[in-house]
Amino acid sequence: MKGIAEKVVVGYSWMSAFILLGSVTVLGSYLVARGFGALDLELVFGDVHPVNAVLMKERVLSGLWPAIVGTFLLVITALVFAVPIGVASGIYLAEYGKGRIKSTLSLLFDILASIPSIVVGLFGFSVAVFLHQNLSGRIYPCLLISALSLAFLVLPYIIRTTQISLESVPDGLRRTAPALGASKLQNIRHVLLPRSLPALLSGIILATGRCAEDTAVIMLTGVVASAGIPASLLDSYEALPFYIYYISSQYSNPDELAGGYGAALILLIICMLLFGVAFFAKNRFESRISRL
Amino acid sequence: MKKESLPEKLFFFAAAGSAIATLSVFVFMLFLGLPLMLEGRFMELFTSPWSPDQGLYGIRAMIAGSLVISVTSLILAFPLSLGCSILIVVLSPRGMGRVLRSTVQFMTGIPTVVYGFVGIFLLVPIIRNLFQYGSGMSILTASLLLGILVTPTMVLVFSDSFQQVPESYLAAARALGGTPLQNFFNVILPCAWRGIVAGVILATGRAMGDTMISLMVAGNSIGLPRSLLDSGRTLTAHIGLVMAADFESLEFKSLFACGIILYLFTSIMAIAARSLYSLKGPGISR
Repeated sequence: MKGIAEKVVVGYSWMSAFILLGSVTVLGSYLVARGFGALDLELVFGDVHPVNAVLMKERVLSGLWPAIVGTFLLVITALVFAVPIGVASGIYLAEYGKGRIKSTLSLLFDILASIPSIVVGLFGFSVAVFLHQNLSGRIYPCLLISALSLAFLVLPYIIRTTQISLESVPDGLRRTAPALGASKLQNIRHVLLPRSLPALLSGIILATGRCAEDTAVIMLTGVVASAGIPASLLDSYEALPFYIYYISSQYSNPDELAGGYGAALILLIICMLLFGVAFFAKNRFESRISRL
Repeated sequence: MKKESLPEKLFFFAAAGSAIATLSVFVFMLFLGLPLMLEGRFMELFTSPWSPDQGLYGIRAMIAGSLVISVTSLILAFPLSLGCSILIVVLSPRGMGRVLRSTVQFMTGIPTVVYGFVGIFLLVPIIRNLFQYGSGMSILTASLLLGILVTPTMVLVFSDSFQQVPESYLAAARALGGTPLQNFFNVILPCAWRGIVAGVILATGRAMGDTMISLMVAGNSIGLPRSLLDSGRTLTAHIGLVMAADFESLEFKSLFACGIILYLFTSIMAIAARSLYSLKGPGISR
């Protein structure tokens, strides 16, 4: 009887893995099957020559280029805000925070990590409207507001990665520099941070992926279906994930739909590449630790 | 007390600022949603239907939609996650366990909008033809996709908590002649149950907070759902859909009620998962 029960559990576990891997394989291969044919320069640049598009000599009206550039600008701007603040907070949490202050902050960052992105978007949008009414009529939902909201969304990831990677530095290494007379700050700057860099980078790359894929935040804070390449941070902009969402509900002909498949495939590839790099950085880091 | 240098002050300000911002999201939504509640219409949110033309801004259908979709997706995802974690940690057939774990990790990076997109064009027609009911955009469709979305979260937490069970316990069980599966049910599972509960809680928060999947494939109808094949609307999708309303209108103000409910719900989930983790100690529970 025991033997049969064991076999059932073994069979069940294999079946679970098969279902899970099967679903992802179906998802991936469906996208490749439908989207791969659409992947060409025309999908990205329309009828504009790629060189002219990249040099901004000509506007791309019927391609994904503005959405790709928009996503890129969005991610960079978000990281410019999120990385310094996140790393600084992480350092505080790992090296300075103690007792009740540390546990309160840590609790709040867990809550921050749990806030749904649409709520962050609603907050960003409301702040933009509030500023528009009370500060300057020039502020509308725009690239900057989206980037700030996204920065807020990924902040807890960067804080946690920083904190965990600093805290995992072995005690022996941690005490060497102070024993030689280094200040706490010097120890952080010259020993602890360089040591944690690979894990930190891996966390930042994961945050990049989060920024690139998030749709709920940006659709509330300034992304539009057609805007061209934004001239300033206060302009509205296009982005890949929003384009995918927009096409799924508004496509009017097979060509547009094929563009949607292409865009979904491109976004999936970008996110998987980012993930792969983060994974690689982290594994290198872990194998380095095990050699010590 | 030693005087702190400028960078050290900045570290503190960054951390304090991030923490205050977290709280300010809640306070800001409360402040903006207040007019609706001050008019004595707070209870109306939970009793009336959504009908802005008649001045009714009830969100009970969306609360129900969010709950039904998250619970259904968890019911689908939990057995799947448990099975996968058993394969990864206990059976771990040569190399397969590691490959599966890496794949599951990669899955967390798949954009939700891509799930939604494939869902619309692949899963929705299948559901429509299978059940011959409605448009195929239904609570079931959204739950199936969300189930796939939250499974990796659970698998990773489950398998980590299984692996934290002290090796000495397992060695003792092996010495008594236990098979890997007997060890799993008699040693690992009793030790790691907190990890399992924490994983389920984290996944619930994830399912409740997701917007794109339910927005794209659940159909977004505003009625109270009667069956899994009915179309439904979640709180998150509702916020996305009503955004176009005038900012000063009561219709828009009711969104802040949705936001507050989501914020509170996911915070409670986060706090619960956290307390289970911190109580856990070195993988031992008594």
